[in-house]
Amino acid sequence: MIRYALGRFASLVISLIVASIVIFAVVEVIPGDPAAFMLGVNARPDTIAALRAEMGLDQPLIARYLSWVGGMMQGDFGMSWTYKTPVADLIGDRVWVSLPLAIYALILSTIVAFPAGIYAASRRGSAGDTAIMGATQLGVAIPNFWFAMILVLIFAINLRWFSAGGFPGWGNPLAAIKALTLPAVALALPQAAILARVMRSSLLDMLGEDFIRTARAKGLTRRQALWRHALRNALIPVLTIIGLQFSFLLAGGIIIEQVFFLPGLGRLIFQSISARDLIVVESVVMLLVFTVIMVNFIVDLTYAAVDPRLRVRA
Amino acid sequence: MSRNLIIGAGLTLFFTALAALSFLWTPYDIELLDIPNRLMTPGGAHLLGTDHFGRDILSMIMMGARTSIAVALVAVGIGMGLGVPLGLWAAARHGSLLDDLIMRGNDLVFAFPSLVIAILITAVFGPSAINAIIAIGIFNIPVFARLTRSAALPLWERDFIRAARVCGKSSARISAEHILPNITNLMIVQGTIQFSLGILAEAALSYIGLGAQPPTASWGRMLADAQTLVSLAPHVALIPGFAILLTVLGLNLLGDGLRDWLDPKIRVVRT
Amino acid sequence: MSLLSIKGLSVQIGGTPVLQGIDLEIAPGQITAITGESGSGKSMTALAVMGLLPQGAAARGQIMLDGTDILQTPEAALCGMRGNTMGMVFQEPMTALNPVQTIGAQVAETILMHEKVAKTEARARASAMLERVGLQVGPHRYPHELSGGQRQRVVIAMAIAMRPKLLIADEPTTALDVTTQARILELLQGLVDEFGMGMLLITHDLAVVADVADQIAVMQHGRIVETSATADLLRNMRHPYTKALFAASTHAVQLPEAQVDEPLLQVQNVVRDYPVKRVSLFGPRPVFRALDDVSFTVGRGERIGLVGESGCGKSTLTRAILGLEPVQGGSITLDGAPVLQGGKPDLALRRKMQVVFQDPYGSFNPRHRVDRLITEPFFLLDNPPKGAARDQAIVKALTDVGLPAEAAGKYIHEFSGGQRQRLAIARALIVEPDLIIFDEAVSALDVSVRAQVLDLIADLCRKRPLAYLFISHDLSVVRSITDRVMVMQAGKIVEQGETEAVFADPQHPYTQSLIAAAPKLPELAHAADAL
Repeated sequence: MIRYALGRFASLVISLIVASIVIFAVVEVIPGDPAAFMLGVNARPDTIAALRAEMGLDQPLIARYLSWVGGMMQGDFGMSWTYKTPVADLIGDRVWVSLPLAIYALILSTIVAFPAGIYAASRRGSAGDTAIMGATQLGVAIPNFWFAMILVLIFAINLRWFSAGGFPGWGNPLAAIKALTLPAVALALPQAAILARVMRSSLLDMLGEDFIRTARAKGLTRRQALWRHALRNALIPVLTIIGLQFSFLLAGGIIIEQVFFLPGLGRLIFQSISARDLIVVESVVMLLVFTVIMVNFIVDLTYAAVDPRLRVRA
Repeated sequence: MSRNLIIGAGLTLFFTALAALSFLWTPYDIELLDIPNRLMTPGGAHLLGTDHFGRDILSMIMMGARTSIAVALVAVGIGMGLGVPLGLWAAARHGSLLDDLIMRGNDLVFAFPSLVIAILITAVFGPSAINAIIAIGIFNIPVFARLTRSAALPLWERDFIRAARVCGKSSARISAEHILPNITNLMIVQGTIQFSLGILAEAALSYIGLGAQPPTASWGRMLADAQTLVSLAPHVALIPGFAILLTVLGLNLLGDGLRDWLDPKIRVVRT
Repeated sequence: MSLLSIKGLSVQIGGTPVLQGIDLEIAPGQITAITGESGSGKSMTALAVMGLLPQGAAARGQIMLDGTDILQTPEAALCGMRGNTMGMVFQEPMTALNPVQTIGAQVAETILMHEKVAKTEARARASAMLERVGLQVGPHRYPHELSGGQRQRVVIAMAIAMRPKLLIADEPTTALDVTTQARILELLQGLVDEFGMGMLLITHDLAVVADVADQIAVMQHGRIVETSATADLLRNMRHPYTKALFAASTHAVQLPEAQVDEPLLQVQNVVRDYPVKRVSLFGPRPVFRALDDVSFTVGRGERIGLVGESGCGKSTLTRAILGLEPVQGGSITLDGAPVLQGGKPDLALRRKMQVVFQDPYGSFNPRHRVDRLITEPFFLLDNPPKGAARDQAIVKALTDVGLPAEAAGKYIHEFSGGQRQRLAIARALIVEPDLIIFDEAVSALDVSVRAQVLDLIADLCRKRPLAYLFISHDLSVVRSITDRVMVMQAGKIVEQGETEAVFADPQHPYTQSLIAAAPKLPELAHAADAL
């Protein structure tokens, strides 16, 4: 178990290093002179020189990369050129919208998908199964930002149950959760459709395995065999999808934030892109990638909890 | 022929035909602004109504179909063109350092969802349809590479591959002669699924302004333009959404139908 | 008073009859064996008794178990009987257990399903049962940590935990090695005696049947053609199919006299190591020695056998000889030239050696037609025949193995298992190699088909001098088809010599145990004239 975890951790570290090199290269090397790029063609030479000095562009590439990575490890993400504030502060304010939104959506998606997938698999071919599969077919096909717009049309504009957008802050947690509910539903349901399909097909695969027949020969009913033997085995592919989905929820959140005018990382990124504030873009992208890699690491560890074959005996 | 296959093929054909027709003819010129006739409801001279600039929505849907299909198709092409050979190569050298490198590389790309890739590219090169193609295409590579490898690995254990090796065939030749024909069905089905995901991703990217730029029509940007008009003229927001929904639904049904038709044992991945 | 009484059982799946008018009686404390070739309906009968027929199956007739008609019993009541009054053991121990649960928990589950007892008590009884079936490891192990034989013991413990009145064993030893098989059969017989259970043993292996069963039922095409007490049946077979089946099982091939010439294949002190998972982060990577100082020679025109249990290194040796994998020590030469030099195979040399694999279903690319499949070795030739010459070669190869010329245009799924092995032999022979390796080439075939394929091989030997290495786990097959035999154990060749001499008077203790463990059919007076 410890060997397995160490192995996964080593690959996590390597992934982070390579990812940071890729991001650094795309943002700071490809544009040539990032300072000139950020300020545009009409910038005065002395302004460019000032920015160059501030970004440390006179230093060699390796030194710049190391100081960027070293800074991030200490929570220093550099200074935003447009906001004139530390990037860490900018991210700190906004991450508390984006991250809760992704987690909220992940919980919703799992809560909807698990029962739906299990029900459909246990009653394969029934009317309920057909209905659930039809609904997931729609859910998979619906663009989440359009679904969000429809939710706004129905629940905010017509029914007035929710506000159409904005975020009141975490001062009032209930109000904050309420403001995140429509965005989370819009994000979660299309993902839940995928998850429910994976859950169903994975369960059906397991129900065809020899050990289910063994369990039935012991006197278990079909349903008991499903719950006690098929489910845990079926979780292994489902976990993979949940891990992948988190990154989609995080990225998808950036788009959904646009629909609901939420002050999250998405807004920060788009403002920074239009302001050509590469320092912010670079750090936010790194943060997103870091989160995705971390989540996949956690999923890998969960595998070992579910599947004893991964726990190597010392 | 299942019901899925017929409905899926029908919807797919319909939108492909719309896109093809747009090269020859559209009801109106979509660059023509007609402010007096703005936000007309469907029916009459404009079958699907007009948007806030008075542009004909049907014509824009037709032009948008072209963009969506072109972007998604090229992106699937990139994903397959690079992913399948990589997957075949990794499987042929299973357990070697090369296999490990390819798979680790794949894992790494998976940490960059296509949106993040699009953000990076846009930050440096600015937004464009090419940007969307590259972002979606890059993300498709590991999907096909992984799938190809996992489908090819059990084949390499089969005796007919051993027999081919006994006949002195190289692993490249075996991959082409024996492995590839046996995974074609899987690739067709997965390709259809990735095509549908590509349509969704293109819509999302152009919705947030990272995809095709004006005057190129795109369904995602039609939705972005319509967002503030949702309460005023819902049809402007509903129609492009339904176009995306039906195209993606059609492709998914087509994929499922093809799978049932070609080989029901095929397992696709969908994320 | 019989324990299980099947009367007029018929089963249809989707309108196709799979069982027709089965009648069978099983008494307590008795072992009744159902035997027959694949597809005869043996397993379907077992599943019908368990009430586990696949969905879409319709059954008629009567299956009375201990006073209850299984076919009339509702599913809920059947669940109360399965594992309780009837237990079942399956063929494939590697997949029969849930990989994410400990074996103790899985055995205890049988008890918890049928008795209201505390979990701790169920666990304790499960441990006792695991000990009773002779399992040496503790109940906290997971299935993947156990060997096939150990797993089969766990499955047996699960099936008998409630001391059922009827135990159904569906090919319980088919996936196991011959020595493990002997021990599992011994265990099952002991349990039947001790618990007074009735046992329904499903097996295709007539030697096993003759060895352990009190009563034998022979099945063909969904019908029981003959039922009799074992001793009676062996003495007096009435149905022609029974006679043919037993004759095929004891079929001895008539090999022509070998014309052994100069050495063809020379294997000298070969060592093959596989790296295995590290146990510590530092230090050298440990290796598993799959072949340990293996040496032997196959002369031109010689037919040599290689026997051993699974994991002994037979397959590794095959791959090394074929030049598919490098070796870490020693040399393998064919006609004086190394089979693998500098990691590159020598095409001219490969032409002299071909192979026939075990699995008739996996040996051919399903996407190619037969003409392309069997001419694949032409790739080894500098000037492969084209056009009419190629067609001629294909027709000759097909007729040589007893297949019609029209077969060339068909896909592989149109052929039966036996026909596929004929095609595999045609593919091997098409470049007229000096040496053929038969890698468990008849192991997957039914006895009657196996007899035909063995006859074909003998026939081919008569037409032209042929040297081959015949690898098999089945001693009886090797005995009739080879001149010389080698016995392999844990990567070493422990004994080799003239086939008859080795079988009649084995020297090495391992060879002795192998021969002793193999179930044998008694000499049958009428076997020869049945074919």
